[in-house]
Amino acid sequence: MTPQLEIIITACIVSTACVIPGVFLILRRVALMSDAISHAILMGIVIMFFIVKDLHSPLLMIGAVATGILTVLLTEWIIQSKRLKEDAAIGLVFPVFFSIGVILISRYAGNIHLDQDAVLLGEIAFAPFNRFLFLGRDLGPVAMWSMGAILVMNLGLLLLFYKELKLATFDKALAATVGFSPVLLYYGLMTTVSITAVGAFDAVGSILVVALMITPPSTAYLLTDRLSRMIVLSVLIGIASAVSGYVMASLLDASIAGSIATMTGAAFLIALFFSPKQGLLTTYLRSKHQKTDFASKMLLVQLMVHEDQQEDFETTVTHMVHHMDWSIKFSKKIARYSVEKGYITRNQDQLFLTPLGREVARAAIVH
Amino acid sequence: MTPPAVAVKDLTLAYRDTPVLWDIDITIPQGVLLAIVGPNGAGKTTLIKAILGLLKPAAGKVEILGKPYQQQIKKVGYVPQRGTVDWDFPTDALDVVLMGRYGHLGWFKRPGKKDYALALDALDRVGMADFASRQISQLSGGQQQRIFLARALVQDAQIYFMDEPFVGVDAATEKAIVTLLKELRKQGKTVIVVHHDLQTLKEYFDWALLLNVHQIAIGPVEEVITSDNLRKAYGGRSAFFVS
Repeated sequence: MTPQLEIIITACIVSTACVIPGVFLILRRVALMSDAISHAILMGIVIMFFIVKDLHSPLLMIGAVATGILTVLLTEWIIQSKRLKEDAAIGLVFPVFFSIGVILISRYAGNIHLDQDAVLLGEIAFAPFNRFLFLGRDLGPVAMWSMGAILVMNLGLLLLFYKELKLATFDKALAATVGFSPVLLYYGLMTTVSITAVGAFDAVGSILVVALMITPPSTAYLLTDRLSRMIVLSVLIGIASAVSGYVMASLLDASIAGSIATMTGAAFLIALFFSPKQGLLTTYLRSKHQKTDFASKMLLVQLMVHEDQQEDFETTVTHMVHHMDWSIKFSKKIARYSVEKGYITRNQDQLFLTPLGREVARAAIVH
Repeated sequence: MTPPAVAVKDLTLAYRDTPVLWDIDITIPQGVLLAIVGPNGAGKTTLIKAILGLLKPAAGKVEILGKPYQQQIKKVGYVPQRGTVDWDFPTDALDVVLMGRYGHLGWFKRPGKKDYALALDALDRVGMADFASRQISQLSGGQQQRIFLARALVQDAQIYFMDEPFVGVDAATEKAIVTLLKELRKQGKTVIVVHHDLQTLKEYFDWALLLNVHQIAIGPVEEVITSDNLRKAYGGRSAFFVS
């Protein structure tokens, strides 16, 4: 495998692992928790490092996950004390943990490989340098394997607890009354988020972790109204962003993590404007079309009423302008639309209903 | 002797130092259609939540059909207030109704053909068969309430708890709900409803619990709703409700 391909595959694995818990964070409206956890874990890593003095010990991961859970616990505790709202509570806890981590690094660990920049931005380009050797064989980058394991775990948990997670996310009270503890499921989800964030930030940095957990699920949310499809779409959007982000980074010779994050944002913007259901542009076009269509029906009804009276003047475009108080431009547009639809025929200024137009006019009156 | 549907013994519940429910001691027999009524802040919803184990009481205990709630989960159906869930959640009406089967399925098991059949049948019973695949945010308030009722129906319970099912629904839905409540009672089910319209009380329900932090009275509606009791529950304000 070429290093380039290894980087792309690693990015796709990281992205898929992140979007799965991300979907549920979005639906629970606690998206910022991904931000909080992915920063707070720094403190856990640093403190654990001081205890075991080994940057590669798996205990670092345990320390990090524990800090992630502690962040959630503290945040929930502040929310439940009812003195602060959710957003403020989230914003209070993690900067404290993150800063403690930063202070500890800068004061006591200046000479080792643990710096703030790496934590925030990561560097996936270095992933291929750290090889996973097993029985003397080179099996590829460590990050690919460690994130692969996390991805398998996330997928497994999703398949096992899909129904329970859905219920506890949609209706906590019902989940509790039928025996699925929402608290257990919430902390299970948050533990998953912590493990994923810890695994991913080493490779791609915490900013991309946040971008991947929040943006593809938010994009998918705009595109579908079924949970299962939202998850599948999130995964696809995440992978597309990872691949296109890598291409953009190589073309621009820029940061890969930054480019991938930018691509998730670009995908969101595209969905925001062009989503077939809720897109800004599609909604605008639809409302414009509805306006035209309604005006055309008004015209048809008007023509039908005057058809019997044989008053030629009433059925001219000129009359439309006066009677409906429409602008000349709008009147012409509506006349053209009605002709295109086959509702009317036009002879110079005079308009005539077609049988189809008469039918549409009748239906419009009935409604 | 058959155990009562619900027995609440000396239940007290407080938010910090403010009592929300004070020494509630009630026995609800099986097969009644009971309305919990009382002014705002009387603790109606809190009582239901305490019975269902969603809130932890400061003192007292609750039994459902003679046993603690945790052992009777499958015999209880619950309709929370409509406003407590996010109706923009990406799912359709049928899927929400299916959620009523989750308790019976237990952990890990996915709903099967039988569960889908039950859900479709329940949608039909509440007059929503045509809306099965409708995204839930596109339903009106009354339709959303019917979906919630259908979800409770597939729980196939002995005792139903419903929190304000009549709030914000159209007249047709209100009528449909009442018909359904009476059907359930005919099948021998017990239905406990948080209600706040005293005027429809006699027409819709046969039992009532009048509550204002303390329990004022419980029993058949005409025995409970006396001007004396209402004064105790509402102060002087509602005497005119009693005809």
